Amino acid sequence: MNLEDIVQKLDLTLITLSKDLTALTPSNGYASDLLSCVMAGAEENGIWVTLQAHANIVAVAALLGLSAVIITEGAQPDEATIEKANQENITLLTTSQSTFHIVGKLWEMGIRAF
Amino acid sequence: MSPADFDKRQIINDNTVKNITRVEELGYELTVDEVMTHTVKTFDVNIKMSEVLEISRQEHISGAPVTKDGALVGVLSMEDLIRCLYVNDLDAPASKYMTSELITVRATDPVVEALKIFVSTRVGRLPVLNKNGELEGILTKGDITQGLLDALQQDYASEELRKYRASHLFEDIESDRSSLILRYNIKQGDFTNGGAASSNIKKALLRLGAAPQLARRCGISVYEAEMNLIIHTTNGGVIRVEIEPHMISIRVVDDGPGIEDIALALKPGFSTASEKVRELGFGAGMGLVNISRCVDEMVIKPSLENGTLLKMRIYLDQSRIGAIEPD
Repeated sequence: MNLEDIVQKLDLTLITLSKDLTALTPSNGYASDLLSCVMAGAEENGIWVTLQAHANIVAVAALLGLSAVIITEGAQPDEATIEKANQENITLLTTSQSTFHIVGKLWEMGIRAF
Repeated sequence: MSPADFDKRQIINDNTVKNITRVEELGYELTVDEVMTHTVKTFDVNIKMSEVLEISRQEHISGAPVTKDGALVGVLSMEDLIRCLYVNDLDAPASKYMTSELITVRATDPVVEALKIFVSTRVGRLPVLNKNGELEGILTKGDITQGLLDALQQDYASEELRKYRASHLFEDIESDRSSLILRYNIKQGDFTNGGAASSNIKKALLRLGAAPQLARRCGISVYEAEMNLIIHTTNGGVIRVEIEPHMISIRVVDDGPGIEDIALALKPGFSTASEKVRELGFGAGMGLVNISRCVDEMVIKPSLENGTLLKMRIYLDQSRIGAIEPD
């Protein structure tokens, strides 16, 4: 299971620089909008689903070494956040779907909690 | 052409992905004369095509600029030679088969300018001219690839050297007890730079040769402390990280307003964060709990008069775990 498959199946939009998404293989998933919970609960190489879209999600993703962040409910990060994500090599994906919907689909695809 | 367009035109594979931004930068940083071939084989405009064939074969060249009295007048490529061979016209002069529509590039141009020309035309080589319009060298796509690879190799080697130097810091400097101290001033309310100090500390530790797991624990605990300074203090505060071969000590100080009920502050889920801050996803009441999970020792000294002092320790050698010494 790689990120390219996930992007295709869930119809996600890549908002950071284009890269080879088949090389990224998320091993687990985590969903929360509280950053400290993510700090405590998300695991390295995981995929994080949230509706937060501000710059601090990049810091959290970078510190945890997450493989991608899916931003739900149509929330859009600003340019500075995207720029920071590109610098830190963090993949940001957006969708108009809800967190519940995305997590359900990810589970169907075989992504599990750590 | 913007950097993004340039990006799309590259062939991307797994290995280049992580360097892609650097390659883009290099396209702008490197100039044509840094990557071009300086010693240029040229053909005189009157040379016979049979001689061109012979020289090309002997010197393994697939094309060269054509000059008349030293000035550039055209380019002869393998394609031109084939056209000549096809009609068996080897006695003709170079001028008959050369391409005289000149597409050139300046020696001082950034490499990206030459790339644009290669992308938008079908030429395989570009004569390089100096500022007086004189032929100075020749540039092929291969030269650019080689130049980029050399520059990346240099980048890599310098990072390796930095890493090597940093990781030998403690071995190379002799003292009874050596330590490296990093300080970060954190501003209250500066959410834009939230996480900058912690990610710099994580990078520093990795450069010093720390295990990724240790760098991660340290990164998480400093992040929580950093966000606490941004969210909860009156004037921000200072994070001081002392790195020693056997342990990492982190001190976080601020000058207020202090913590009213420390037992409550340590309770998972308790937070005094404002509604606005909570909307940003902070104020989960997990900060101090996360820190205590990540460090080997944590001491918090709250005082309503002098602000809060938070001390954390992570041991590299687990056998050394002991109480934090008072200071």
